Amino acid sequence: MRPFKTLQKLYDEESQVVITEKGSPPRALFYGEGFLQEDLPVGTRVIFPRPPLAGVPNVKAAIRWAINHPEGMDPLHALLKPGMRLTCVIDDISVPLPPMVTPDVRQSILEVVLELAADSGVDDVHLVIANALHRRMTEAEMRRMVGTKIFDAYYPDRYYNHDAEDPDGIVALERTSHGEEVSVNRRVAESDLIIYVNVNFVPMNGGHKSMGTGVSNYASLRHHHNPKTIRESDSYMEPKASALYRSNERIGRNIDKHLKVFHIETTLNNRMFGAPVDFLAKKEEDYTEADRLKFQAMRYALSKMPRAAARKVLNAIPAPYDVTGVYAGATEPAHQKTLETSWKQYVVPVEGQSDIVIFPIPFISPYSVNSILNPLLVQVMGLGYFFNLNRGVPLVKKGGCLILLHPAYDEFDPEHHPSYIEFFHRLLPETRDSMKLEHKYEKEFAENPSYVHLYRKGNAYHGVHPFYMWYWGENGRQHVGKVIVAGAENNHVPALLGWDRTDTLTEAIEEARGFMGRSATISLLRIAPTVMVDVK
Amino acid sequence: MPSKAAFFDVDGTLVKTNVVHVYAYYAMNRGSVLGIAGRTLSTALSVPLFGAMDTLDRKTFNEFFYRYYAGLSEDRLVTIAEDMFEDVLKPALFEQSQDLIDQARRSGCKVVLVTGALDFTMRPLARHLGCDDLIANKMQFVGGKATGKVIPPIIEGANKANAIRAYCTKEGLTLDKCHGYSDSASDYAMLAVVGRPTAVNPDLRLRSIARAYNWPILDLK
Repeated sequence: MRPFKTLQKLYDEESQVVITEKGSPPRALFYGEGFLQEDLPVGTRVIFPRPPLAGVPNVKAAIRWAINHPEGMDPLHALLKPGMRLTCVIDDISVPLPPMVTPDVRQSILEVVLELAADSGVDDVHLVIANALHRRMTEAEMRRMVGTKIFDAYYPDRYYNHDAEDPDGIVALERTSHGEEVSVNRRVAESDLIIYVNVNFVPMNGGHKSMGTGVSNYASLRHHHNPKTIRESDSYMEPKASALYRSNERIGRNIDKHLKVFHIETTLNNRMFGAPVDFLAKKEEDYTEADRLKFQAMRYALSKMPRAAARKVLNAIPAPYDVTGVYAGATEPAHQKTLETSWKQYVVPVEGQSDIVIFPIPFISPYSVNSILNPLLVQVMGLGYFFNLNRGVPLVKKGGCLILLHPAYDEFDPEHHPSYIEFFHRLLPETRDSMKLEHKYEKEFAENPSYVHLYRKGNAYHGVHPFYMWYWGENGRQHVGKVIVAGAENNHVPALLGWDRTDTLTEAIEEARGFMGRSATISLLRIAPTVMVDVK
Repeated sequence: MPSKAAFFDVDGTLVKTNVVHVYAYYAMNRGSVLGIAGRTLSTALSVPLFGAMDTLDRKTFNEFFYRYYAGLSEDRLVTIAEDMFEDVLKPALFEQSQDLIDQARRSGCKVVLVTGALDFTMRPLARHLGCDDLIANKMQFVGGKATGKVIPPIIEGANKANAIRAYCTKEGLTLDKCHGYSDSASDYAMLAVVGRPTAVNPDLRLRSIARAYNWPILDLK
């Protein structure tokens, strides 16, 4: 290990961008359920997340203030009428990541809202999880999300997962001006008032997407969850650059025209790691001796554990996020405020794109909470989410090279991702062309009775979901010239995904330089916690 | 016009019972006190033998087992089938069986039961579930009495696959797009012949096969 003094080189402590020098410390990088410690070439630009914003001092007070001073709507107490039918629609377990320390902010919101509803004589209240085509949350997960008191009072009759395949449970509203079908959960559609309880983990969440996607079905989602829309989206995180968001906006406006929806949106800071792993959020230059020892001990222990055990350990560490803002009211004005706070937390301005960009891929994704980050999810993290963590201009140049750090193991969770297995092993060997996959196989998977059954009665993602994961990576695939997965433990997974593989990051950088030229510029997005770039 | 079908095994897949339960019901309804006593006693004594044979070889089991129907009249068998459905099969249906069948229909499949049981015992169930067709064993009758022999080929194991293939040819269905559902490794051929196999409440052998081939596994309740 290098002497402490040489590691504390001079650098701009305020800046989130550090240029690697001779003697810069090695970087602590996520590598699936483990970590790598890597020296980067001199000149590599390392982009760090911003430090966490301060949380609101009293979350419940902030919630009360927001619902009493909503944007573009009357205060919530004025909307509640005795005898009315009220439905609270709640974001599912896909946000935040990892799940936050209890009480979850959704629990805090519901405690305030349900008390107010009861005081207003509203007894007909249902809590519906906006899981769309995501897996149903388990009983334990549902309990954790809202707390035991609410769970015991409402589960299972009045607190349940949305079922997009219930033939009697969906209502079709008027189509949009673009002909997009608008479908909504029947209980939601037949309510006098809907309160949407949101956790805005990244700017892509919330706004019209909440209702337009969360309580909809395949017939409606296929209008924007498709390769064409994704190709036309320059960034999922910047609404004005996203065709995906524009479609959701049209659908959401239709919903707002027919239903009364009161949104309560919340933003979190990026305090993803609490003790004893809080050092992971620091720049390596700021590591203390104790941090370095903890990192080495954790890296060693995780590398010696069976992968399932390492996964269990990492999943058991909740994130001590703080709530940084609560905004309520009509969809668009409330969401605009949310976006401003969200960007304030995540956006790091950077000068120019890079030829080569390195993304460390962690153990978790929105679709693998308490599960396995299978190869399709590695793909979606790299080419879908991380590639899109920008405000319209990607960090990597057009035709550039992406390096992902992950073992790329061939492991799937048959309980949560049964249709992913068939997609990966039967369809990808035939074609990686999203258009062809959509045209030839999407409907078949969406309607496969076994997958529908597993979605409705088990805890499986919908049969069509692996297609969405593949489409999600579409604009990344169209943009980059090469993807190399460094540290892949087999050949066939990268090959099926259309990627190269190397044993180490150093080899991957060498290969990327061979592809892009010896003077290629390199950036590392030092994620997690979450960071977004604003490329100037 | 559907171009695909969903083929469902019955015993253990859609209902909790098997052919022994069905036969036991007939034995219990023999008609006379002596008849009931005789058949119930002989059935009871044969249960360990049935169990052993069913585990070892379903074909031998069926051939052996259907001899017990010898001498029963066709009219009576058909009449009792309706009662037997209400008393034995309907209560034993998994609650989610109907959902699965409805979903298969919504996805554009013809719904076909494929079972080693006798056709007259399964018709009320097929009707109840809204199935389009039934592929089942047919008992031979002479002079209105069951001979105890099944008209070949006996529907079981590899013959289920043959029957499904023949059915698809006859109905103009694409085998590769068809779904198959079964609980038992003895139906491996039936599952392997269709393009979209699914193991339902599988036994240990089938569960391991399904895992190996990445077939979906359903646990119907």
